[in-house]
Amino acid sequence: MNPFAYSRPSSLADTVDELAGSSRSRIIAGGTNLIDLMKENVERPAQLIDINRLPFSTIDELPDGGLRLGALVTNADTAYHPLVEQRYPLLSQTILAGASPQLRNMATNGGNLFQRTRCYYFYDTSMPCNKRAATNNGPGGCAAYGGYNRIHAILGTTDDTNGQSSCVATYPSDMAVALTALEAVVQVTGPNGDRSIPMADFHRLPGAEPWRDNTTQPGEVVTAIDLPVRGFPDHYTYIKVRDRSSYAFALVSVAVGLEMDGDVVRDARIALGGVAHKPWRKSEAEQLLAGKTLSPETIRPVADALLAGARGYGHNDFKIELAHRAIVRAVLKSGLADNTQE
Amino acid sequence: MLTETLPVANAPDALPATQPIELTINGQKRQFRLAPWTTLLDALREYANLTGTKKGCDHGQCGACTVLIDGKRVNSCLTLAVMHEDHAITTIEGLADSATGQFHPLQQAFIDHDAFQCGYCTPGQICSAVGMLNEGKVENKADQIRELMSGNLCRCGAYPHIVDAIQEVMKKER
Repeated sequence: MNPFAYSRPSSLADTVDELAGSSRSRIIAGGTNLIDLMKENVERPAQLIDINRLPFSTIDELPDGGLRLGALVTNADTAYHPLVEQRYPLLSQTILAGASPQLRNMATNGGNLFQRTRCYYFYDTSMPCNKRAATNNGPGGCAAYGGYNRIHAILGTTDDTNGQSSCVATYPSDMAVALTALEAVVQVTGPNGDRSIPMADFHRLPGAEPWRDNTTQPGEVVTAIDLPVRGFPDHYTYIKVRDRSSYAFALVSVAVGLEMDGDVVRDARIALGGVAHKPWRKSEAEQLLAGKTLSPETIRPVADALLAGARGYGHNDFKIELAHRAIVRAVLKSGLADNTQE
Repeated sequence: MLTETLPVANAPDALPATQPIELTINGQKRQFRLAPWTTLLDALREYANLTGTKKGCDHGQCGACTVLIDGKRVNSCLTLAVMHEDHAITTIEGLADSATGQFHPLQQAFIDHDAFQCGYCTPGQICSAVGMLNEGKVENKADQIRELMSGNLCRCGAYPHIVDAIQEVMKKER
């Protein structure tokens, strides 16, 4: 990896100042993705700002009955926290479906949101990539667009014929898929003060700027993720379809939370992972389930609506049908009384 | 838009000098001079001369570099030594009883069950298993152990014996 300066600010204000002071500064928390990217020369920061001594390492109840997950709490401590297990079992299940125990012991909640795509062309600095080209790190274009794109996106892509902004990368996090279904809110502090970003608006589609993964502004630091009261503890599931049964990224994943009146769905939340540049959710699809009893026949139109506009790029064509079936199965399973066994 | 070209051109104007770093490894406080980009794995192997911790993939995928930080298992290749000045680091060399020289029960069980062939992944497997038992989330069931040991690869394929060794220790501890 490239040489860099290391700092360990003792306050959030100093962190924001240091981060805003240089576009080549990066925050390090758990470091599990950043150090890997630095070893591959994909990330070449001039400065690492270690925020591990800032006071964001707790999980606290919010006055409105929700739960605040500190940005520096590890993924493991979050998944195994008694209040998360009780009130937000979908989040526990989802976090434990990702990475390995060693990685979950280091990776933080804030850092998870800033994970970068695992597109193999993004990782290979000799290949064209519009995400990297923006930092003069390799040629522009999109090698995945006409390349080997089995793991790539089927929704919300940028298909630009001249290649200047094409991007078919997926966002790799499992945790963020559950956070999206749960309608979590990300708390950030930056040079202009504090603001709250709903999960739906935190990550973005590549659009004309595929190098921007999320909507944070320069100098902004994530301090916490807030979970609203409603956690769907009775009817939920996370289905993750991957190439091996453990320790692999999702080809397609589905997070579901349901509120039921007996056999009838009162309210539904469905988010998809592995299919787009951000967790994929459409409230108009979820609304199709309201008032319905669960069966493949009632769920298929929901899957159709969620996947409207999906297109494959050759190697990943299978994902459309796979996602469709995974949605039907995940929603059906969420409605069962005991949905803890896969 | 940033203006960077090559990794060398991307370096800070004045390279940061190495800095004094104190690490607590296997109960001993030790002083080093390290550059900030030294990973904990490289610090252990190249500076502390504790070569029991292995470098496999160096990307957090194989688990050969697993050590314990404050009792929790982590990949030492994906963290910087400078980030761990306040922590208690335990490597495979620190698991045996320092007074009696007796192996840690998991070390003995790996020998008794022939839970390795080439042995390269073994320090990471054993540290990972110690961390797993510390976590207290695993029942003595093979499928749960396999899932919670999935961050450690064994290319010789000693997995069945590794699971046997762990199960024996769990049975004795219960």
